[in-house]
Amino acid sequence: MTATATQTTARSLSQIAPNVTSRVKAGDLATAQNGLIAVGVLIALLGYFEVFGHHGALSYLVGYMGVLGIALCALFFTMIQHITRAGWSVSVRRLAENMTGTLPFMLLMFIPIIYGFDDIYGHWAHANITDPNAANYDAVLAGKSSYLNKEFFFVRVGIYFAIWIALATFFRQNSIKQDESGDPALSMKMSRVAAPGLLLFALSITFAAFDWIMSVDPHWFSTIFGITYFAGGFMSFLAFTILLSMWLNSKGYYKEAINTEHYHDLGKLMFSFMIFWTYTNFSQYMLIWYANLPEETQWFTHRTLHGWGTIGTALIIGHFAFPFVFLLSRNVKRHKLGLPIGAVAMLLVHCLDMQFLILPSGLHGAEAHGGDGGALAAVADGDHGNGFGAYLATIDWADYGCFIGLLMVFTGLTLMNVRRTNLIPLRDPRLSESINFENF
Amino acid sequence: MTSNNKWGVVAEFDSATSIYHACEKVTAEGYTRTDAHTPFPVHGLDKVLKQPESGLGWLVVCCGFTGIILAQLMMWWMNAYDYPIWVSGKQPYAWPSTIPITFEMMILLSGLGAVFGMFALNRLPRLHHPIFAHSTIHRVTDDRFFLSIEATDPKFDSQATMQFLQGIGGANVEVIED
Repeated sequence: MTATATQTTARSLSQIAPNVTSRVKAGDLATAQNGLIAVGVLIALLGYFEVFGHHGALSYLVGYMGVLGIALCALFFTMIQHITRAGWSVSVRRLAENMTGTLPFMLLMFIPIIYGFDDIYGHWAHANITDPNAANYDAVLAGKSSYLNKEFFFVRVGIYFAIWIALATFFRQNSIKQDESGDPALSMKMSRVAAPGLLLFALSITFAAFDWIMSVDPHWFSTIFGITYFAGGFMSFLAFTILLSMWLNSKGYYKEAINTEHYHDLGKLMFSFMIFWTYTNFSQYMLIWYANLPEETQWFTHRTLHGWGTIGTALIIGHFAFPFVFLLSRNVKRHKLGLPIGAVAMLLVHCLDMQFLILPSGLHGAEAHGGDGGALAAVADGDHGNGFGAYLATIDWADYGCFIGLLMVFTGLTLMNVRRTNLIPLRDPRLSESINFENF
Repeated sequence: MTSNNKWGVVAEFDSATSIYHACEKVTAEGYTRTDAHTPFPVHGLDKVLKQPESGLGWLVVCCGFTGIILAQLMMWWMNAYDYPIWVSGKQPYAWPSTIPITFEMMILLSGLGAVFGMFALNRLPRLHHPIFAHSTIHRVTDDRFFLSIEATDPKFDSQATMQFLQGIGGANVEVIED
């Protein structure tokens, strides 16, 4: 297929769907945008500075990684639609592109993590930890120090954000350019860039998950970790997209441009990546359980203490069993209330998943750092500290608050981008296919 | 076989568009025991003819859960009850080790349930169908579209239904005997 040979430009939106407004009315949604950003920043900062709380930096990391997963997987969604030259998703794609437009702000929101670096990553960044003569020498961490050191850590932060912001800008700007020209060559160009883009994305999100979450427990390692983070993030991105586009739809935007058929497809993808999250997590658990090596099992040992065992069970039920039964039926995914209920539940368990990954390692670092002695002694004493009460005693409000606050900031920034661009890619060659498509 | 039992009336159409509009009129007239026979899937015909939703999904769900239960019972029987063996310190019936087999059994029974359930709901295999008596039905695999209204339809009346189908543009309208 050589699109350049014909030089035909795509039909405009007014020819395809005359009811759909192409832009948010001037001034509309401004209150929502500013309110969300202001209140969200306030909540996140209250959480970060430990107002009524006690581990602000870790709470902030929980919220940040939860929201970053959504922003990053918006970029993944954009690229995967280009590489497959998908037709159905064109009218949804602009919303995802506008979410990727928040990535420069995500870099700004990374600053509290740099500021709280020692609270979060202190386990491997202690002074003298690689010095054989020092009292706190750790042979394992000394061996990892060529990768896990503060300087390289910050270099990698720069590399990841450079990749993400460059890709996000490329796809968003070219798509916006196509709104004016309707040139199908731009679609071909984005399709070509999506292939190496996805490769870079896969590597960067994997190593970012290693660096920012897995290194909270620096002794432990899992090669599938990046994929589990990605699976949860993509599921949450789809849940968030469903909710945001339904809200905009209720405000009178999109109309038939994003209809039941699109929600059905987004719901199907959300359902499948909910299962993929379970699949990757079980794959990780199964191998560690089967091999039964202390250096690997200690990670799960920490997640049976201080109430985290209850949360592990809650994740199996809330992140798999319940949504599997609830969202399995086609009728629920096409229901105007059933699907958003499922989407809200998915966002909540995503926050719980981030807590489960970060907090047990971060909060009980002394046990983690001193080998298994502390944790195993606690198990031997029968002091499991299990149950939901122990969990409530372990966490504080900011473990949910920071996620909700940062999600509000993210929503506000996305709305800001939504108001600046057209609501859908007006002259994408596949727009007509997208608006008219049906699930048979 | 000379029987007075009528199976239904069959009409021929020459394009997907014409059978689609014919189906709209048939549904509007109130016929319910209808079917369309086309050389390729014509999207939307099932909705126009108000075909009920297939019950296959429920059958597959039941098969899937049967697979889960069977797999769990099998592994519990073999590993924990009939001949328990302790391997590398794991309990004889430890749940993580049962998940892959349970998953596979669920998929296997769901897949078999989907294929054979589809056969059963379509009453397949069968060697003959009354509609084959229509004079041009062989073109249904080539370039013609057929619309049938069965005699079991409460509104069916061989003369009136035949005239109705001719009226909405059907060619070669024939009453088919059972």
